[in-house]
Amino acid sequence: MAYSDKVIEHAENPRNVGTLDKEDPSVGTGLVGAPACGDVMRLQIKVTDGGVIEDAKFKTFGCGSAIASSSLATEWLKGRTLDEAETIKNTDIVAELNLPPVKIHCSVLAEDAIKSAIDDYRKKQASRRAQG
Amino acid sequence: MALKLPIYMDYHATTPVDPRVLETMIPYFTEKFGNAASRSHRFGWEGEEAVGYAREQVATLINAEKPEEIVFTSGASESNNLALKGVAEFYKDKGSHIITTKVEHKAVLDTCKRLEKQGLTVTYLDVDKTGLVSVDDVRNAITDKTILVSVMLANNEVGAVQPIGEIGKLCKERGVLFHVDAVQGIGKTEFDVRAMGVDLASITAHKIYGPKGVGALYVRRSKPRVRISAQVDGGGHERGMRSGTLNVTGIVGFGKACEVLTQTWRDEVRKIEAQRNRLAERIFKNLDEVYLNGPALDSGKRLPNNLNVSFAYVEGEGLMMAIKDVAVSSGSACTSASLEPSYVLRALGVDEELAHTSIRFGLGRFTTDEEVDFVADLVVGKVKKLRDLSPLYEMAKEGIDIKNIQWAAH
Repeated sequence: MAYSDKVIEHAENPRNVGTLDKEDPSVGTGLVGAPACGDVMRLQIKVTDGGVIEDAKFKTFGCGSAIASSSLATEWLKGRTLDEAETIKNTDIVAELNLPPVKIHCSVLAEDAIKSAIDDYRKKQASRRAQG
Repeated sequence: MALKLPIYMDYHATTPVDPRVLETMIPYFTEKFGNAASRSHRFGWEGEEAVGYAREQVATLINAEKPEEIVFTSGASESNNLALKGVAEFYKDKGSHIITTKVEHKAVLDTCKRLEKQGLTVTYLDVDKTGLVSVDDVRNAITDKTILVSVMLANNEVGAVQPIGEIGKLCKERGVLFHVDAVQGIGKTEFDVRAMGVDLASITAHKIYGPKGVGALYVRRSKPRVRISAQVDGGGHERGMRSGTLNVTGIVGFGKACEVLTQTWRDEVRKIEAQRNRLAERIFKNLDEVYLNGPALDSGKRLPNNLNVSFAYVEGEGLMMAIKDVAVSSGSACTSASLEPSYVLRALGVDEELAHTSIRFGLGRFTTDEEVDFVADLVVGKVKKLRDLSPLYEMAKEGIDIKNIQWAAH
């Protein structure tokens, strides 16, 4: 299968690769997928007190399309509010990267990773409020 | 000499046509275009003679007793279909049980599945963790209903070379026919239909530097005389076993490819094995957590040109994309339409996680030492880069056992 230029570009030069401190209360971590299925994404966001994503990092085990989908997701997340971030849909990623049908699951996984990271951040904040 | 990119290291999939083979074929496209079945003129005689000569060349390579034991087909998938369906149909009054292995090519496995639908019973034998079938398992599976045992000479993914001679001997003792899908092993490991007691054998030209679209089924003519029911009816070509106008040009090329191999294969094996070992050595020396799939390199039970390894924590298709100047293949799900990882690796008991990280390198006649070094260095560099990108590698380095995590299957 031939890859789109955008997938190749992201896979060769992935943006925002790295690790944020998952114990930091301002960091939300999403870990989705399964090694046995051939793809695992870890997406992390660092959120300001005003609810804006100031940093996003990822690491992905997967094919080029999975790497590209998560790389693109981190690019889109930076500077957005959590509410805005939640509106990112897998179909947006499919359209931007020209993913073929057999690779749509990569974009679904990226959307799941975003939601999971936001969810983790909100749970952390809620438990802090409960404790404080 | 500058390297020419991309580099081909997928010789299990197919091979380029050898220039000597191509040269032999060219006149048969234009001047010598006759139909080998035309008995009434020179054009036909020329075609028939060329096919007869090729039949001898093929027979010589596998040490068949007579050229007439070679039935030309469109390739090994057809040969496998013809062998299994042809025997099942012809010997249906004698029995209805076939024995094969779980690591055969789909052309054998899917044919067996169809035969099961038609009422036959098929035993799919397990293999050990290196991909080898046990002769005792074959012996224990044979019943008085068994008509055929079908085992491949060598596996296309992990290069395991099966104990064909021993199974052949067993089949003779028990009066059961023995079919060998010899596609991957021909010219890379010993194959002698007479010495090994093989009754039917499938081979194809395009894996041995001949053209695509032409293959053969060896059908033993004596001790025992093997009979098969034709699966393609028509003009009665190939002594009624396979109708259809002969692909004279392809057959001429196939014959030449066999002749070249008969003369050169032992030397070629030495060259390819040295290169394969050099590739493996460089990879294993420079990377941790790389696992060999299939028999040990020095076991004598592995194809000399095959290297199949799992690069833990790096998904196979992701790696193939990173080394896109090198043509290899992967057991990863992502490379197949089915999204299932390799059934061969599964049969060996390779963890699904590791199956997704497997890469198969296939070396061949035209592989150079420079290419081997380039590929080894490229792979080492890209695996390191992708491990920096892998959450699993990071977790493993932190001492987290990824098997203890509750992953959500998707």
